[in-house]
Amino acid sequence: MSAMLGQIAAIARKDLLIEWRSPSRISGLFFFSLALLLMVAFATGASTSILHKIAGGSLWLGVLLASTRSLDLSFSIETDQDALEGLLLWPVDPRAIYYGKAVANTMVLVVVATLLTPLMIAMYDAPIRGNPAIFAGFILFGSAALAAPGTLYALLTTRARAASVLLPVLLFPLVVPALVAASAGTTLVMEGDPMVQAPSWLALLVAFDALHWSLGGLLFGRVLEET
Amino acid sequence: MAEGLVIDDLARRFGGRWAVARVSLTVPRGTVMMLTGANGSGKTTLLRCLATALRPHHGRALFDGQDLWQRRASMRPRIAFLSHQLRLYDDLSARDNLGVWADLGGLRPDISALLTQVGLETHRPDPVRTFSAGMRRRLSLARMLLRQPDLVLMDEPFSAFDPPGQQLIRDVVRQAKQRGATVVITTHVPEIAQAVCDTRVHLDAGQIA
Repeated sequence: MSAMLGQIAAIARKDLLIEWRSPSRISGLFFFSLALLLMVAFATGASTSILHKIAGGSLWLGVLLASTRSLDLSFSIETDQDALEGLLLWPVDPRAIYYGKAVANTMVLVVVATLLTPLMIAMYDAPIRGNPAIFAGFILFGSAALAAPGTLYALLTTRARAASVLLPVLLFPLVVPALVAASAGTTLVMEGDPMVQAPSWLALLVAFDALHWSLGGLLFGRVLEET
Repeated sequence: MAEGLVIDDLARRFGGRWAVARVSLTVPRGTVMMLTGANGSGKTTLLRCLATALRPHHGRALFDGQDLWQRRASMRPRIAFLSHQLRLYDDLSARDNLGVWADLGGLRPDISALLTQVGLETHRPDPVRTFSAGMRRRLSLARMLLRQPDLVLMDEPFSAFDPPGQQLIRDVVRQAKQRGATVVITTHVPEIAQAVCDTRVHLDAGQIA
């Protein structure tokens, strides 16, 4: 078990080190999401009440679109020189590859969402009136909810010719419950959450994470041996 | 229990074409076998079956009496495969690349000494994307040297190497042999490899010629 934990840490560290050494990747994701936030803000006009209502949803739409690019890149570094097969033969436990990459993908999305949040607050004039810790919980568990199935599906599509098209087609329907929970919960926290509904949405998000992080660990090895 | 590598009636197909067709041979411990053959003769496929990267569709390969595919989880740490695919991370430095693979294997090697051994001591902090083809091959070789495997598989190890690099490969093969490892080398240039090889097998259309 400790060997597997060491491998998970090594995979996550390696992926994050690659992100750190190639900052153009994460900045590309950030500016892509920022452009989306800007377009939505301009498209809805200057109505503050509408902007408040859509702030949470726009943030998660930006993170969702950034996630497909981020997940695609996280496996392209493994397939460029067939490092993925090298990991399998080294041997690295497939569950360690999955959890290491899912942790790294979660952290990348958390960084993107964290960088977007103050800009979204400024552009949408929508300050966080509720508990900031719950808001941070939505950022963390929402990012994890995209990364867990995303890491599995990114592996499935990594050798397909149109991987960057196929990944969102497979991933988006699956993460709808997580996106609904994250968007609704984030918006509630930003509006002050007078009826204390946000913790229920957060609980739904945590349940989604528990299911998909468990399933991903179970299925990843089988998918890896077959790709 | 037989020591070394025993390939027993092994075959592997891609679609309807048999890339390796019922090959049987034995390579004892401490022996270096050279595998030659034209492009498409099945050398790499055979090596990938031995490395457990591919499942044989017929027959089996044993190492020290253990079925390589059936026991792949326990056999993989004993196998080193120097592949055409270099399996390096271009955005990381030479030192970071070796560090990643060492961490994944729970190993604590002297990475600086390894980089010196393969002639990359002055390129430790450089990103691999700035490396030439030969330097990449050297780094891939250094990764193989992180472990002291019992079964060493080298696919065209002399390609992209300058003469000192070719000598480095021969030295690595000699050291593996002295340790008692079994070594299989595929090559198109037997005259470069023959100084370190004990036996030679020629493949033609997936079969031993």
